[in-house]
Amino acid sequence: MHRGKGMKFVGDSRVPGLQHRKPNIPKDYSEYPGKTEAFWPNFLLKEWMIGSVFLVGYLLLTVAHPSPLEGQADPTNTGYIPLPDWYFLFLYQLLKYEFASGPFNVVGAIIMPGLAFTALMLAPFLDPGPERRPSKRPLPTGFMLLAIASIIFLTWESVVNHDWEAAEAQGKIVEEVEIDTADPGYEIYSGSACISCHGDNLEGAVGPALTATAFTAEEIAEIAVNGIERDGEQVMPPSWDGSEEDLKVMTEFIDGLSE
Amino acid sequence: MLNKLYDWVDERLDITPIWRDIADHEVPEHVNPAHHFSAFVYCFGGLTFFITVIQILSGMFLTMYYVPDIENAWQSVYYLQNEVAFGEIVRGMHHWGSSLVVVMIFLHTLRVFFTGSYKKPRELNWIVGVLLFGVILGLSFTGYLLPWDMKALFATKVGIEIAASVPVIGGAIKVLLAGDSTILGAQTLTRFFAIHVFFLPAALLGLLGAHFIMIRRQGISGPL
Repeated sequence: MHRGKGMKFVGDSRVPGLQHRKPNIPKDYSEYPGKTEAFWPNFLLKEWMIGSVFLVGYLLLTVAHPSPLEGQADPTNTGYIPLPDWYFLFLYQLLKYEFASGPFNVVGAIIMPGLAFTALMLAPFLDPGPERRPSKRPLPTGFMLLAIASIIFLTWESVVNHDWEAAEAQGKIVEEVEIDTADPGYEIYSGSACISCHGDNLEGAVGPALTATAFTAEEIAEIAVNGIERDGEQVMPPSWDGSEEDLKVMTEFIDGLSE
Repeated sequence: MLNKLYDWVDERLDITPIWRDIADHEVPEHVNPAHHFSAFVYCFGGLTFFITVIQILSGMFLTMYYVPDIENAWQSVYYLQNEVAFGEIVRGMHHWGSSLVVVMIFLHTLRVFFTGSYKKPRELNWIVGVLLFGVILGLSFTGYLLPWDMKALFATKVGIEIAASVPVIGGAIKVLLAGDSTILGAQTLTRFFAIHVFFLPAALLGLLGAHFIMIRRQGISGPL
């Protein structure tokens, strides 16, 4: 750029006058060798087309799967099994192994992820040679493939070992229902064994909430008498020892709550 | 009109060299999916940036309703999700975007790694990129707590315990993040909100600026 004598500026600024400027003219296409392209507007248009296709997929995902929201946080709940977002599952799974938990927790929580992250950051210095093809630098390629394989394996292990149904049930938003404690159904409920597991307001405790059950009155009665058995395991014990008439009144009361 | 405005600014600030550098920079054949379909792997970085912009915009709208306080946080998210017009869409985009951005930045990292693009002279850009990866994971972690629902609270508890197990400084990190050495509550939520909305985005924008200036300065790495 022209400097020194004869130089003109815009006012008292350091910006050179118009006569010393680079003209605002795009480069000639002959200046782009071979199939090289100008960024603006040629390439950006194509990039934007890819972006649009991506955006459509993204919006479809958003519309098809509303984002989840569980019940409000309750720090007093001690039975909740925590689960991180899916991309942290591999770390969560790593901490379940014997060599990375308990007294060795620091191995799984700090040392292994820390080493991996540091190695990733220092990759240019750990692999300083000029060779760029993955096949010509087997060690970096091997370590990266190993890392990807372990992440996929750990995530997989974590997913198959998690009880997704229980996770969904434990986080459900429980709607508060007004309970008429003068109702004869409620009187029978509070006098029975049911109340010890399902709570004073049927909000659930050891057992689930009964305020929004999908069962009919007859099904509830059946469950109260026989309990629930799932996979050979008694999830709920047989609990009813009162009369048929009382059972009918109570189950109809419970069924009425979910309407 | 627009030209006149451009000329007015340009006369005073000489912005043409910056603009011509952005507009005229050459996009080589080997990164252009129009010529080689396999070059789509070079799109992951751009898509990461695209989602980042969406995250910033949707996040700004979310803060119009969100209240970072343990009494109202969950209520405000519930209201946003169920009552506010398009609230479900805005929150959905922010929720899914957080997953997509992690996927895209992971793929982008793998592309740069397997094409050996981090080698001299691009070491600094690689380091900034890895830091960006860390910042994005930090944003995901802090954002997970904000709806203040069950899974948020208990996942954060685990996360903070992991941070606390760092030798020597673990306790200090825990107090810094949670606001208390034992309680995970009101202080934690406001801290995570501040980190998620102010500290990390500031770091993100600074690092992104450095990332882009370096790539414009050096140009994209050549074909293998």
